[in-house]
Amino acid sequence: MTQVIGQALQRHEDIRLIRGQGQYTDDMKLPGMVYAHIVRSPYAHAKITAIDTSRAKKMPGVVAVFSGQDLKDEVGLIPTAWIPPDADMKVTPHPALAYDEVRYQGDGVAVVIAESPYLAQDAALAVDIKYEPLKVVTDPFEAKAEGAPGVHTEIPDNVAFHWQAGENLDDIFQKAEVVVKHHFRQQRLIPNAMEPRSALAQYNAAKGELTLWATTQNPHIHRLLMSGLLGIPEHKLRVIAIDVGGAFGSKIACYPDEVIVSWASKKLNRPVKWTETRQENFQVTTHGRDHVQEVELAGTRGGEIQAIRVKTYANMGAYLSTAAPGVPTILFGLIINGAYKIPHASSEVFGMLTHTTPVDAYRGAGRPEATFLVERMVDLYAQALQMDPLEVRQKNLIRHEDFPFTNAFGLQYDSGNYQETLSKALEIFDYPKFRREQENLRKQGKYIGVGLSTYVEMCGLGPSEVAGAVGFQGGLWESATVRVHPTGKVSVYTGASPHGQGEETTFAQIVSQELGIAVDDIEVIHGDTQQIAMGWGTYGSRTTAVGGAAIHMANEKVLEKARKIAAHKLEVNEEDVSYDSGTFSVRGLPSKSVTFQEVALDAYLAWSLPPGIEPALEGTAFYNPKNFTYPFGAHIAVVSVDPDTGDTTLLRYVAVDDVGRIINPMIVEGQIHGGLVQGIGQALWEGAEFDEQGQLITGSLLDYALPKARFFPKFETAHTETPSPHNPLGVKGVGETGAIASTPCIVNAVMDALKPFGIDDLSMPLTPPKVWQAIRQAQGKESLHS
Amino acid sequence: MAFHRIPVTLTINGQKIVRDVEPRTLLVHFLRDELNLTGTHVGCDTSQCGACTILLDNQAVKSCTVLAVQADGSDILTVEGLEQEYLHPVQEAFREKHGLQCGFCTPGAIMLGAYLVNHNEPLTEEGIREQLDGLLCRCTGYENIVRSIQRAYEIMNERQNVQSQTAKGVG
Ligand code: FES
Ligand code: FES
Repeated sequence: MTQVIGQALQRHEDIRLIRGQGQYTDDMKLPGMVYAHIVRSPYAHAKITAIDTSRAKKMPGVVAVFSGQDLKDEVGLIPTAWIPPDADMKVTPHPALAYDEVRYQGDGVAVVIAESPYLAQDAALAVDIKYEPLKVVTDPFEAKAEGAPGVHTEIPDNVAFHWQAGENLDDIFQKAEVVVKHHFRQQRLIPNAMEPRSALAQYNAAKGELTLWATTQNPHIHRLLMSGLLGIPEHKLRVIAIDVGGAFGSKIACYPDEVIVSWASKKLNRPVKWTETRQENFQVTTHGRDHVQEVELAGTRGGEIQAIRVKTYANMGAYLSTAAPGVPTILFGLIINGAYKIPHASSEVFGMLTHTTPVDAYRGAGRPEATFLVERMVDLYAQALQMDPLEVRQKNLIRHEDFPFTNAFGLQYDSGNYQETLSKALEIFDYPKFRREQENLRKQGKYIGVGLSTYVEMCGLGPSEVAGAVGFQGGLWESATVRVHPTGKVSVYTGASPHGQGEETTFAQIVSQELGIAVDDIEVIHGDTQQIAMGWGTYGSRTTAVGGAAIHMANEKVLEKARKIAAHKLEVNEEDVSYDSGTFSVRGLPSKSVTFQEVALDAYLAWSLPPGIEPALEGTAFYNPKNFTYPFGAHIAVVSVDPDTGDTTLLRYVAVDDVGRIINPMIVEGQIHGGLVQGIGQALWEGAEFDEQGQLITGSLLDYALPKARFFPKFETAHTETPSPHNPLGVKGVGETGAIASTPCIVNAVMDALKPFGIDDLSMPLTPPKVWQAIRQAQGKESLHS
Repeated sequence: MAFHRIPVTLTINGQKIVRDVEPRTLLVHFLRDELNLTGTHVGCDTSQCGACTILLDNQAVKSCTVLAVQADGSDILTVEGLEQEYLHPVQEAFREKHGLQCGFCTPGAIMLGAYLVNHNEPLTEEGIREQLDGLLCRCTGYENIVRSIQRAYEIMNERQNVQSQTAKGVG
């Protein structure tokens, strides 16, 4: 059988995308369509004292203007769909349009609907709103202080939840030979998928049906949640997301905007489209990270880590977004020990409300925040011991023979060989040689540094029983239908919803390999709730691990039935039929055979089927994973820092990742590249900032530094392949690894470069002014070359 | 409507287009909303992202920085008009080298690439990275976009060689 899995096949989706023939939501146009523009609060916190829409209503081309009052009793509150147990989680009532109080800059207040986008925008300026500005808090730590301005009256202390896991470690820390304590600020990031969010709703009054085209990673979750909000039954609601232009977690949430256009379409009986501007994307599309972390690590003088303890203040923004509470708890707090055999651990998280944009998943979601702190702590611990960080890692990494490994919180790491990825990285990068060069260069006043990150993450979300136990308000299994047509061509329906990750190709590879059919004879269909019965979408690096496994199961069903039909036709027992590359043949009598196509046709004609076999040929499967998957790897970064400018240059980046079995190495490498750039972006350039009034001062691409091509050297990537033992394909997941591993790797490298100055930590992003200041300060205290 | 309209005549993807437009209409909106050429994308409102890049009189131009009326009389090529008998070398190269993931920045990236391969001697990797300064891609990490453009130069060459050989053969 030809090998299709593991081949770097060109992507099927590219055929349309390189021609500009994709179908993104904003590309859609329907007869009679009108355009919505949402009027947003310029204040981060204010009372709405008056809204007057009369002037706007008279503007040219205006069809309607609605305010929060109009929607208030007709649509439900924007939901939070992750409720971590035992965390005393409070509800943060979130109306689709604010009507009494605005809680962050960008909170929607009114919507103008007009015949063209320009006219809607014009009229939006004519909506007269009076605000009474109120006091603001933007920092998660400050939000907890006595007397801090409250975000929701129902929650005076701004603590949306308080979650804890692990054991009391006081005793261990008291007795420890070495204790390292540190504060980290995981700055807020703005995902900035290049496609702005968009929604187009079309209500069919005669049928009572609503179709919503939307930029979503999970159309079925949208259907489920929105059905409740809009009072449109699930079978009358269709959500479509064909091409989605990147998301990185920012298109998981159920947003007010989609609800508003859906409601308005029903109200006006016309299709209504809304597309955000980049400015709105900055202000209202969910942000990521934003933790204040207090971390303690206990270890021996010999370099053995004994315990890690974290207290985190996680900024949730003004409202708890759809998946938000799960991110800094389950996806963060349970994996703070990273890839190390740390016997004791404890996590405590305060989910803090502030007058800022809601925070939700952003590439890696929780795991980058965890990986960052443990990878940085290992380096700081190494420094305290005057040991090389590589040596500390080698001493503490979980060993191959320890798998499956249960961490201090009870997570079972499925498989791994951390030593192997690390040695592979060290084959590519000559560490001892670097240390010698570094020494020499330092003498010449040149500062280069190396950073390591030996990470593990948990993805392939996930077992539905666990989802339930940890308060995720949904399942995390995935569905697949493999439908063979009478001509033997195949349509594959997946409940996952890829938006750049290439599963139209990788899923076709799985089917091609397992059914022995040409890839070109397979079409993968996703992102339409009417075509696909149910599914949970694409996030948490779950698509191939979970959705791919569902396809594998569906393939098995197809083959089982096809084999029966073939045996019947060949007049032999099923056991005597073998199948290879599209042909069923009688064992030992290869000339007696029937092709897959012939079987497919027979299945549909149904003129002569074996007894008890139904017509048609298709398989549907629902795969509920037994465990999460745990990709891992070893990354090495080399940077140089110019002490005169504070500028950091990335000289080399080596990434050796083990993401389980690889279906398409080209796509896997692309995922790693993309993740690296986002993770490195966090370390060096990106960061959202609000001023004291809660104004987002990094609110455009002029002010928020998205990485560009010239910031990077060529990446050096390699792999090891340790299949996941519980996944039928052995797959783990690759979407988030790069973003998870690279941030601490870079910071470790910069700190290594700055070591001669006595600088051991700086908060991200490590911008030139910040580094320059730190060097100046350090030099002020003691002269370097005295 | 409140605004008067101004007639414009342009050539878009080889076709003559005559329309009346509102003076404030951005070229990118004219292409997308009036002409349904939705291959050209809008990724920002500050002219940073490059998703809207087209060729205007053979120059790579961000079509969100130009008013439709300013483009009067010009010759415009969008991603939809790039493929002739075959895919353009840049289109082919982007597929071959996995220069796209979500595809949203891709039309702009491809048009920029087309400009580069049409106008320059093959650039070094560093040179390409410099030239990509006006393009933001959040998916690919740029490396495969760089590889794609490098590969596009090669494809261009290969095709030229084939052409000259065929010409010789026929002659
Ligand atoms: S739309 Fe971003 S540069 Fe034109
Ligand atoms: S491919 Fe998604 S933004 Fe470039």
